[in-house]
Amino acid sequence: MIEVRGLHKRFGAHTALHEVDLDVARGEVVVVVGPSGSGKSTLCRCLNRLESPDAGTIRIDGAELPAEGRELARLRADVGMVFQSFNLFQHKTILQNLTLAPTRVRGLSRDEAERNARELLDRVGIGAQAGKLPAQLSGGQQQRAAIARALAMKPKAMLFDEPTSALDPEMVGEVLDVMTELARDGMTMVVVTHEMGFARQVADRVVFMADGEIVESGTPSEFFDSPATDRARDFLAKVLSH
Amino acid sequence: MNVITDHLSEFGHGLVLTVELTLLSLAGALVAGVVVAAMRVSPVRALRAAGMAYVEVLQNIPLLVWLVIAVFGLPEIGVIAGLFTTSVVVIVLYQGAYTAEAIRSGINSVPAGQGEAARALGLTFTQSLRLVILPQALRTVVQPLGNIAIMTLMNTALAAAVGVVELTAAANRVNLAEAKPIWIFVTAGLAYMALSGLFGLVTGVLERKWAILR
Repeated sequence: MIEVRGLHKRFGAHTALHEVDLDVARGEVVVVVGPSGSGKSTLCRCLNRLESPDAGTIRIDGAELPAEGRELARLRADVGMVFQSFNLFQHKTILQNLTLAPTRVRGLSRDEAERNARELLDRVGIGAQAGKLPAQLSGGQQQRAAIARALAMKPKAMLFDEPTSALDPEMVGEVLDVMTELARDGMTMVVVTHEMGFARQVADRVVFMADGEIVESGTPSEFFDSPATDRARDFLAKVLSH
Repeated sequence: MNVITDHLSEFGHGLVLTVELTLLSLAGALVAGVVVAAMRVSPVRALRAAGMAYVEVLQNIPLLVWLVIAVFGLPEIGVIAGLFTTSVVVIVLYQGAYTAEAIRSGINSVPAGQGEAARALGLTFTQSLRLVILPQALRTVVQPLGNIAIMTLMNTALAAAVGVVELTAAANRVNLAEAKPIWIFVTAGLAYMALSGLFGLVTGVLERKWAILR
């Protein structure tokens, strides 16, 4: 479904990604973990070209991501993205947030888009908030709305860029629940996160990144119970000791 | 006092022309401003350069000079238009540069994540700008746009210098006949003040109505 080869990304003198290869099969849930600055968010943002890589190729469902323009927009429409800071459109209601892209990009009628949107909002448990503005919702509700907004495009895959990092602790669970359910329904997912519990329970594969490279990749039990590298052991010792 | 009441119709015609000049200029400047601001934030380098050149050229030459160039220069190269039309076009282009800069600052104040979210959903650059960025940008710059509206109103007085008989020119004509400059120009000034007060009021109402909850 997603095929990354030789991905390179530099920010000035800093190399954020170095020779990254990654394959994500249809229906697979890949959780990317690693210390801050390891390039995991950059990798996630490269997958739909919010960052343009300096070298390397990315294929989504067989098609290579084009550089810019309409063709890129069409491919992005098939890949949902959820951000750390939700990024709901502040001037639109939750319902309008969900119907904007389906009507403008997919050409759905307003009625059809609204019907789908309400269904999705019910599914993520915030059907009652449809008429409110994003700022009137809690962080957890906003992030669930953002997930529903991405799902409204009926994407082939979903990218999550630290979806719970900006949330108060008591709201992390409700967002992870929605993501877990999504994974169970067979959605192809790439999740950048610090939630090790989620990685252990939901991931099909855990990818560990450090210094812009993929250091280790394996099933959750392989990674958490018997990490192969010192870097991974060191990282796990730090994040799991509390 | 008689000097005002005797010439009410001259003042009236001048005031109407001032209002027409202002409203047409504002409408045009808003369109020009949105287009030029969009060019200045576009991913296409040539458009960005053109937008910047427009703003620099228009802003760095006084409006009076532009008016004189247009009114006396254009006929020389075969472009003949009425004084009123020429003045409106020149003021539109000039105020458009200031409007563009105000709108661009509004665009820059919209969090980057808004545009990223729009593009991640498959909206094109133009769609993101039109449907997500600009609606939020315009709301944050209501106040500066209100100031530009007042500045536009004041600048229409310069059209008097190229023969448009708006409020200032009308007052001047009355004064040539009556020689009572204080009464006459204070009256004109009060009329300008009333109009700009109205703009301020509208700006305040719009700003409260369109405030974005963040």
